[in-house]
Order: sequence, then C-alpha cells, then structure tokens
Amino acid sequence: MGEVLVLVDHVDGVVRKTTTELLTIARRLGAPSAVFFGSGVEAATATLAAFGAAKVYVVDAPELADYLVAPKAEALVAVAQLASPSAILVTSSAEGKEIAARAAVRLGSGLITDAVDVDADGVTTQSAFAASYVVTARVTSGTPVITVKPNSAAPEQSPAAATIENVTVSFSAAATSAKITDVAPRAKSGRPELTEAAIVVSGGRGVGGAEGFGVVEALADALGAAVGASRAATDAGWYPHAFQVGQTGKTVSPQLYIANGISGAIQHRAGMQTSKTIVAVNKDSDAPIFELADFGVVGDLFAVVPQLTDEVTKRKG
Amino acid sequence: MKIVVLVKHVPDAASDRSFAADHTTDRAAVDGRLSELDEYAVEQALQVVDKAGEGEITYLTMGPEAAGEALRKALSMGGDAGVHVLDDALHGSDALATSLVLAKAIERQAADLVICGMASTDGTMSVVPAMLAERLGLPGLTLASSLSVEGSTVMIRRDGDDASTTVTASLPALVSVTDQTGEARYPSFKGIMAAKKKPVETLTLADLGIEPTQVGLSAAWSAVDSVTKRPARQAGTVVTDAGDGGVKLADFLATNKFI
Ligand SMILES: Cc1cc2nc3c(=O)[nH]c(=O)nc-3n(C[C@H](O)[C@H](O)[C@H](O)COP(=O)(O)OP(=O)(O)OC[C@H]3O[C@@H](n4cnc5c(N)ncnc54)[C@H](O)[C@@H]3O)c2cc1C
Ligand SMILES: Nc1ncnc2c1ncn2[C@@H]1O[C@H](COP(=O)(O)O)[C@@H](O)[C@H]1O
Repeated sequence: MGEVLVLVDHVDGVVRKTTTELLTIARRLGAPSAVFFGSGVEAATATLAAFGAAKVYVVDAPELADYLVAPKAEALVAVAQLASPSAILVTSSAEGKEIAARAAVRLGSGLITDAVDVDADGVTTQSAFAASYVVTARVTSGTPVITVKPNSAAPEQSPAAATIENVTVSFSAAATSAKITDVAPRAKSGRPELTEAAIVVSGGRGVGGAEGFGVVEALADALGAAVGASRAATDAGWYPHAFQVGQTGKTVSPQLYIANGISGAIQHRAGMQTSKTIVAVNKDSDAPIFELADFGVVGDLFAVVPQLTDEVTKRKG
Repeated sequence: MKIVVLVKHVPDAASDRSFAADHTTDRAAVDGRLSELDEYAVEQALQVVDKAGEGEITYLTMGPEAAGEALRKALSMGGDAGVHVLDDALHGSDALATSLVLAKAIERQAADLVICGMASTDGTMSVVPAMLAERLGLPGLTLASSLSVEGSTVMIRRDGDDASTTVTASLPALVSVTDQTGEARYPSFKGIMAAKKKPVETLTLADLGIEPTQVGLSAAWSAVDSVTKRPARQAGTVVTDAGDGGVKLADFLATNKFI
C-alpha cells in the first residue's frame, strides 16, 4: 500500500478535527503521512500519531506565513516529490482548495474538490448544483489530489509512529510575490467551528438587525451550537461574513440546522441542504425553507426562539 | 493599464440544472447567463479604470457558442473588447485543461492585471484563479473582498476565518474577487447598444497552439462515474405558533434526542 499525504490543518500546533477525519480516510487508501507547515509540530505529534500518521513531514519557513498560499503549494509539491505518494488529501477550505489546485498543476495530477466521501478505490462522492445531485468521480491521471469537506468521516484512532522528517524547501520568486502586509486577527466567539459543529443555529433578514442576533446566539449557546447567517444578514453588516452559510459562504452539514427568519433561497440552500435534520422558524408560511424543513414553526421568531431557548435550558436542567 | 477579466457563461442557478448523458454539465437544457460571481470581477475592473482615469478592459471566456452572450453582457456594463475561445474539442474540459487554455489566451494579451470571479456558479470549484496564477507565474491575490491599484502596486483585503489579511503585490498580477466587493452595475441602454459594436475575437485551440488531445472530456485528469439526482427533501410537520411554538419545537428536538 502506498503512502498517502494528509496536509495538516492546525492553529499553532493544535490539530483541527478535519485533519483527524482526513487521516481516517487516508487509511482506506494506504499508509497516511502527515504534512505539517509552520511551527508547533511538537504539540501536534501526539494527535497525528493517534490517528495513524506513520511519518510527519515538517516544513517550517518564514515564507509560509509571509506570502499568500503559493509557498504552501510549493512545499506540498516538494514533499510529494520526496514521498511519491499514491494520493494527497487536503481539507476543503478556501486555502486548502488553492493549495490543492496549484499542487495539481505542478504535479500534473487530477484534482477533485469538495469530496464528502472517498472510498478504498479512491472513488469520491460530491454534491453538485446546490446539493441537488450526488456525483461519484475519480482521478484518472497522476497522483490524485483530493480536497475533502469537514464532517466527511468519523475520526477513528489507529496508533502509528509519527516520525518527524524535516524538509527544506527553496521557494521560487513567483511563489513569494503576493506579500502579506497586514494581519488583523478576528475575535474568537468561543462557539464550535461553524463547519464542524453538530448543531448550527442561523439567522437571516428576519432577525432585523445586529441586536436581533442576540436571540439566535442565546439559542445556540443553550444547544452548544455554532451560529450561522444568511447573506442578507451578513451583507447588512449584522453578523460577520465568516459566518455566512451558502454558495459564497460556508457549506455546513450538521446533525441539526435551525433557520430563523431565513426564506430559503437556492444560494442559501446550497450551503445547508445536506444537514441531517432541518428546523425553520419563519412568519411567512409560504417561505421556501418550509419545503425542506423536518419541523417548521410559522410565527414571529422573537416569540418562538426565546421560548425554545428557555425550554432547552429547562429540559437540559 | 491593460486588464483582462475572466467571465464564464453558466446555466442559470435559479433553473433546474442537470447533467448531460456524458455526465458533463448540461449547457443546453436551461438558459445560460454571465456567472453572477463574475459580474463582481467586471465591476472591479471598471472601478480600477475609473479611478486610474485610463485603462483598457478585455473580457475572456472559454465555452460553447452561447458563451458569447457572457462577453456581450460584460461589454454592456463597460470595457472595450472580448476574446472567445471556441472549439468543439473543448467539450468536457476539467479545471486543469480550462486553466491551460485560459492561460495561453491571457499570455497573448500582455495584461497588467487579470481579474477573476471567486468561483463559477456551476462547477463551484474555485480553483481556476489559483491554477492560472501558478501557470502564468503571476502573484495570485485571491478571494479579495476589496481591491485597489496604486501605480504599479495592487492591494487586496482577504477575509479569512481567523483573520482579515492585507496582501500586496507588484503588477502584473492576478486577482479573484468575492461578492463582498460590492454590487455590480446594471448595463444602461446606451451600454447595451455600444456593446454590439465592440470587437470580439474568436480563437480556436490551433490559434493558441494547443493540441486537441490535451483538452476535452477524453483528456480530463478525472472522470465522473455517476450522477444521481438527490431525492427532494420531504417537507415535514409545520405548525403555526399559537403561543406555544417554542415548546412544540423543544418537543420535536427532545423526540429526536437533540436535547
Ligand atoms: C451569486 C449569489 C450568491 C449568493 N450567496 C449566498 C450565500 O452564500 N448565502 C446566502 O444565504 N445567500 C446567498 N445569496 C443571496 C440569496 O439569494 C438570498 O438573497 C438570501 O439568502 C436571502 O437571505 P434571507 O433569507 O435572510 O432574507 P429574505 O429572503 O429577505 O428572507 C427573510 C425571511 O425572514 C422572514 N421573517 C421576517 N421577519 C420575521 C420574524 N420576525 N420572524 C420570523 N420570520 C421573519 C420572512 O418571512 C422571510 O422569509 C446569494 C445570491 C447570489 C446572487
Ligand atoms: N470557461 C471559463 N471561461 C472564462 N473564465 C472562467 C472559466 N472557468 C472559470 N473561469 C474563471 O475562474 C473563476 C473561478 O472558476 P472555477 O474555478 O471554475 O470555480 C470564475 O469566476 C471565472 O472568472
């Protein structure tokens, strides 16, 4: 069985859950090795070992943080040339897809993005046309480069050595031409990551304003959920764009999605249609969101949602 | 300044999109349009030229005959000329082949700035801009939520999950813009009439020096095995709030073990 490279998604060495999912998927295809960029690998090794990484290739260079995306693609290509893997898995984030795209060009490899499943033969499952189709596909040429969405597998442990192998990369002039000149970190909400959360509570135009999101956040906190928003709400500046669900925001696929004051436009549905259970609160009984809701309440969200929050708090005791 | 804007003609997302028998996107079954997400790229190009007080905008598309409509639509918003890569051998091209063809077409233009949309609304891969930057060796300033050009420097803001980042590069460069950059203008009647007279050049693969065997469905680096329409979600129970809507919802959540 060949080596399968998994690009690690981490914050200062804290490995994101999606990476443990990718390592789990990689074991179906071969023997996983992790590819770690930046500093903090010491903090990551235990997790990478627990989920089956036999090796951890580390590239730590200032270019990775000083320039946009391209150096990461070059570093991944350098590791791939060293390891000759049978497949490369990357998280389907905005950055992950760009790294994968550039690496595929460099390696002359086929690319599949946004897979929600990958089987032992490398056959991928994807959603198409705002999740109205399910597509299965496979890479037919070169080393398959596949980006996989969060929540695509239940992480399973399988201990391995996680032997560190440092890799030195010399970056091209082209890769060091889009310079990061300022970074303004975002305040953390303390809530679960939107794309990883088991429950997402969203608000739309019906929430009426930034203050209105208070009722949405209160319900989210009672349920231990992440908060999402429609584009109408993010465009109006009521909630940060990073929380937008839909075609030009995040795709979520939680166990439970609660849409409050959201009409259910096709571009919004594209980002939440594959949720296991969908609940909607909307004062318009004709709102299209009710066509996909497992349970809907026609009513004013400012009455229904706080009542629900109280009930949840009470019943959770 | 010379700007090339990449515009794609896509099946309208509001209609019932489907796949053709060969598993490629059916581009004939429903009405097509200029991808809404590329309208933001057109708008940003027009604004860059407005601000600089000079500049020439060329729109570039690859696609079947009808893709010419995307060029006309963009030209009706403003700008100067169109380039249409049209060749039957292109049918079924994947992102790698598309980026190969578009890169060759861009190379003929000696552009200072290439502007793309953030993603096509049909394929939604959001990879062509990164592939083009890679192939052309240009700085890639992707997913801009705002864009400005000062002299020979381009600067964008990129809003990620953890941070808002400013990225700067020297021209020539490639930028992709998100729907956060601001609404695109509507074509005026004058603009629509003017667009009819603007030049559109049609190029074949031979013009670009690309072999037909390098592109299209048979040369694709990946293959679609099956396409299945997802069964429509069944509408569930809908109750009207009579003062106890929140309680009923809590009952539903409890029954389904969410609380
Ligand atoms: C290219 C493109 C990309 C897009 N990408 C996205 C995307 O990623 N995500 C996205 O969400 N949208 C996206 N959109 C926009 C999308 O088309 C819709 O405009 C948007 O989703 C509407 O948001 P909304 O449902 O909050 O607002 P509306 O459609 O205005 O719906 C508001 C709803 O709230 C209800 N309501 C009002 N007051 C109350 C109350 N007090 N109590 C209960 N209900 C109430 C109303 O009945 C109504 O149904 C995109 C559009 C385009 C063209
Ligand atoms: N066939 C095409 N013709 C012109 N531009 C394209 C084409 N395909 C992709 N693009 C450009 O690349 C961007 C991203 O497309 P994609 O990677 O397919 O999601 C689009 O918004 C367009 O600007």
